[in-house]
Amino acid sequence: MRRSRLLYVPFYATYLFLYAPIAVLVVMSFNSGDSPYSFEGLSLKWYGELAGNAGIRDGLVNTLVVAAGSTVLSTVLGTLLAVGLARHSRSKVLDAIGVLPAVLPDLVLAIGLLVFYASVKMTLGLHSVLLAHTVFGMAFVAAVVRTRLTHCDTSLEEASRDLGANAVTTFFRITLPQLAPGITAGALLAFTLSVDEFVIAFFTAAPTEPTLPIVIYSMVRFGVTPEINALATLLLAVSFTVVIVAQRMTRLTESLS
Amino acid sequence: MLQITGVSRRFGDVTALADVSLEIRQGEFFALLGPSGCGKTTLLRILAGFESPDAGTVTLDGADLLGQAAHRRPVNLMFQSYALFPHMTVAKNVAYGLEREKLPKAEIRDRVGEVLEKVGLSAMAGRRPQQLSGGQRQRVALARAIVKRPRLLLLDEPLSALDKKVRAEMQLELKRLQHEVGITFVVVTHDQEEAMSLADRIAVFNAGRVEQVDEPVALYERPRTPFTAGFVGASNLFAGRACSAGLAADGLGVLPGASDLPDGTPALLAVRPERLRLGVGPGGASGGGPGGAGALRGEVADVSFYGGVSHVSVVVPGRAEPVLVATQGATQVRAGTRVVLSWAPGDGVLVPQ
Repeated sequence: MRRSRLLYVPFYATYLFLYAPIAVLVVMSFNSGDSPYSFEGLSLKWYGELAGNAGIRDGLVNTLVVAAGSTVLSTVLGTLLAVGLARHSRSKVLDAIGVLPAVLPDLVLAIGLLVFYASVKMTLGLHSVLLAHTVFGMAFVAAVVRTRLTHCDTSLEEASRDLGANAVTTFFRITLPQLAPGITAGALLAFTLSVDEFVIAFFTAAPTEPTLPIVIYSMVRFGVTPEINALATLLLAVSFTVVIVAQRMTRLTESLS
Repeated sequence: MLQITGVSRRFGDVTALADVSLEIRQGEFFALLGPSGCGKTTLLRILAGFESPDAGTVTLDGADLLGQAAHRRPVNLMFQSYALFPHMTVAKNVAYGLEREKLPKAEIRDRVGEVLEKVGLSAMAGRRPQQLSGGQRQRVALARAIVKRPRLLLLDEPLSALDKKVRAEMQLELKRLQHEVGITFVVVTHDQEEAMSLADRIAVFNAGRVEQVDEPVALYERPRTPFTAGFVGASNLFAGRACSAGLAADGLGVLPGASDLPDGTPALLAVRPERLRLGVGPGGASGGGPGGAGALRGEVADVSFYGGVSHVSVVVPGRAEPVLVATQGATQVRAGTRVVLSWAPGDGVLVPQ
């Protein structure tokens, strides 16, 4: 059966709708003029400006510190939570509560965390953002690893015990390698979510140590500059790379397991 | 060597095992046979250490087994799914159990090489489980279990995942290996042919109870309970009361059988399909054989030819189910032929009901 070419129109229209704004942004980042709206000529000028902007550089460093720290914490805690829920609990309620922070509105979580920090008299800074990001990052990791666990064969763990391995050896030698693709995917998810997270960071960060999204927000308040286009393009490149690497890695680990 | 005494296990309202006692001897190939859900797998998991019984004791060489954790028992289990570690090579899979014993590296290497040779997989040592065929995976699972040199090897439905041809091959292989390594094997299966061809002795399970423990031939020729008679091999079962000549069957008269039951005991008469003689014609061969006094008359309902044997089902007035007769090769009878069925009294086994 030959399909009508007309059928492809909505298909391409959808992709145009999704990627046209991003294409405009990438093109405008190479603009030689000062206006973020009209293209005057090709130039890497704004990338140069960006490199010289200390505010953005500090914001980027803060963001990377928060993202890396919260990714490590949420990967470890989220994996343990998922294994605990899958192997040692039969409660559906506990299951739901475990992954709830992933779907809770950011605003609710942000206000809750702020109130909590205030009530325990904790100072705000990068550590408070890091912990806040761990809260939802952990839930995402737990959800991903939990899915992977339900597809895992419990007889592998029994076989390990049968062959003389204790519980700890079984966890590290058998359970963990089985979960590796899920854990990798969960960690990448937690990292990317933390990098561009704004609402929670805005509420829990100290004014002296803003993360990158907060820095960008405060720049945009005085109008979009081509410098921000350049920054967004770089972030886009990083996101694409991470997604592709993640896909390759899960495929690799899956073919290994 | 292995002594199971009064073991019971319940899951909620379901009784998986009810007061099971068995004795398994050194070097024996022992089969637990029964339909699915009869408790045989639960017993296997109790022996391996993944379940605990509610009551009863299990001793291995006189020492209590139930008090030991699964990973400390000198017992290994070959899983139905094989449970090979997908992220390890064949050699690593086999070495896993020995590494847990903290044996020297050289000894581990030697023993892994030796056992892989024994199961004919030396060339596959570097492969991963998913690169192997079903039969090869099973050999790896077997090698992984026997390399530990357990006192007792448990096998959960060892042949069920294999296709027919590989299954016959592995059956011989299992017997050969058991003979070679001299380990006591306990195999769980729902397939009575598998149990009969593999095992030295069989315990027939039904609804959590042991119905009968016997050698394969004895089990087949002298079933002692109605369940065993029906489950182990095909049988024609007739209900009635024991009498001196055999069985006074309900609505069929006296059927020949060997009986040591007191007269009048409610009983079943079991006759194997291949023991039935088929005579053609209303009077023809009837009463021909000595003692086979023209037992039953009927009409052939259906004939199926299987090559080596033919199955003939005969409708007998007064009996709801057709009687099954197995004959060598092709048969002359067709559907609608009137026939007489007879058998020697020694071939009719009376089972108390």
